[in-house]
Amino acid sequence: MKIIICPINGSRSVSEFVCGGEVRAILDPAAVDDVTWADYIFNRDSIPGIKTEWWCHTPSNTWFIAERNTQTDEILRTYLYGEGVV
Amino acid sequence: MPLRLLKLALSKHSPRMFRSHDYLKSSYDAVIIGGGGHGLAAAYYLARDYGMHNVAVLEKGYIGGGNTGRNTTIIRSNYLTPEGVKFYDESVRLWQDLSQDFDLNLFYSNRGHFTLAHTDAAVRTMRWRAEVNKHFGINSELVGPAEIQKACPQMDLSCGGHAPILGALYHAPGSIARHDAVAWGYGRGADMRGVEIHQQTEVLGITVESDRVTGIETSRGYISTPRVLCAVAGSTPRILQMVNLRSPLYIHPLQAMVSEPMKAWLDAIIVSGSLHVYVSQTARGELVMGASLDPYELHSTRSTLDFVEGLAAHMLELFPFLSHVKIVRQWAGMADMTPDFAPIMGKTAIEGFYLDSGWGTWGFKATPVCGKTMAYTVACDRNHELITDFSLSRFSNYQLVGEKGAASVGH
Repeated sequence: MKIIICPINGSRSVSEFVCGGEVRAILDPAAVDDVTWADYIFNRDSIPGIKTEWWCHTPSNTWFIAERNTQTDEILRTYLYGEGVV
Repeated sequence: MPLRLLKLALSKHSPRMFRSHDYLKSSYDAVIIGGGGHGLAAAYYLARDYGMHNVAVLEKGYIGGGNTGRNTTIIRSNYLTPEGVKFYDESVRLWQDLSQDFDLNLFYSNRGHFTLAHTDAAVRTMRWRAEVNKHFGINSELVGPAEIQKACPQMDLSCGGHAPILGALYHAPGSIARHDAVAWGYGRGADMRGVEIHQQTEVLGITVESDRVTGIETSRGYISTPRVLCAVAGSTPRILQMVNLRSPLYIHPLQAMVSEPMKAWLDAIIVSGSLHVYVSQTARGELVMGASLDPYELHSTRSTLDFVEGLAAHMLELFPFLSHVKIVRQWAGMADMTPDFAPIMGKTAIEGFYLDSGWGTWGFKATPVCGKTMAYTVACDRNHELITDFSLSRFSNYQLVGEKGAASVGH
C-alpha cells in the first residue's frame, strides 16, 4: 500500500495519512460493568483479515473509513462516514 | 576454498545442531508452540532444570526465523518500572554466562549503552530511570555531553543544530550478541536433553475440554498434551483465537537495516528516542540500525523504502560522515504490542495453557529469563514470582505496568 484514495482529495501518498484504529461501537461507560468496560478499552481483535478502520488525511483533516486487508495491506474501498453504512 | 570446507560441502551428512524427527509422537508432557529464542529457551530449562524431557517444540517455519533472527540484538536492563528492572536485570545476569553454558560462542559483547536526551523532558525521564535503576543495584547513570563525546567522538552532538544533545542515560552493562546463535544454542541444549524440535509443523487448532488443554491439531497430525506454552510473538492473536481468549495485543511491523561492513569505529550502543534511532556496530563491522514501529496494524514482514529513507536521514543527523555508506539489507518482524509496553506472561484462564507474549519490540534481551521463568511456570503450574505482574488478567483488573517510557523508541 503506497497510495490511499481519500474520498475528498483523491489518490494521495500513504505518508499523508494516519490510521485511527478499527471502527467500533462505543459502549456507555455508565451502563456496563468494569470487566466489560476493560474488555472494550484494552482488548482488540488482532486476527489478520479485512478490517474497517478510521483513517485521516492529515493535510485536509479529513476523517474517513477504509476497508483494509491487514495481511496483504490492500485497501478495498474508502468512504466518508455515513456513505458506506448499509 | 579450504579442503575441509570443500569436503563438508560434498559430504551427505553435514553436522547439525539438533536432530530432525520423521514423526510426531502421539503425546507429550508439554508442547511449546514457537521455535524462537523464547520457546527454545523454555524447552532447554524445562529439560535441564525440571527433568521434563518428553517435550516437543513446534515451529511453523525454521528455528530462529522469526523475531529472534530479526531484532537488533541489544541487551540491557535500564527500564523504568521496578517490575521491569528486576526482570531484565536477571536476564542480563543469565546472558553473561550463556556462552559457557552452551559451549557455543554467542559473540556476547559488552559495549555500554547511551540513551540520548535531546530535551529537558527527556533528561528528566533519564534521571528518573537512573534513580530507579540504582535503587535496584543496576549500573545506570545520567551523563553530560562531554562524557558522550568522549565515548563517541564521531557523533555530532548538535544534530545539525536542530536537536542538540543535552545528556544521556549511560548503562555500562549494555551489550549485543549474535541472535541466531542464541536460538541454536538453546535448540542444541534442549535437543541433547531429549526435547524434540519439529520444524515446518504448523498448529491448526488446540483442543480444550472443560477449560483444560487436552491436545493440539498440527499440520502433521494430532498430539495429546496437558500443557501448551505459546511463544509465537506476532502470531499470538491467531493462537489465542484457537482457545477463545481475548487479549489487548496488536500487531505492527518493526523494521531494521544494516549497512555495508566498515572498520570498527562505534564501540557503544547509541539510542535516541527523539530521532527514532538505535544503532550498534557488529563484530563484522556492519552498523545494525532500527527505528520505531510502522504506524499501523499489519500482519506481514514486508519492508519499505520510506523506512530506510527516514532512518538514514536520522542517522545522518547523528553521524554526518556516514553519507557515503551503503545500506545492504533491510527486513521486518511482526511485533506483538501491548498497551502498557510490558509483556503478557504466565498462566491463563485455560488450565494448562501458558502465554509468553506481548514482547513487542523488546523481547530479545529477555530471552534467557523468559525461558527460565516460563519453564518454572509450566513445570510447577504456578506463575514465577518475577512474572506475576505480567499476567493477562491485569487488563481486566486495571493493573497495568507502565513501561512505555523505557521500552523502546518513538512511542
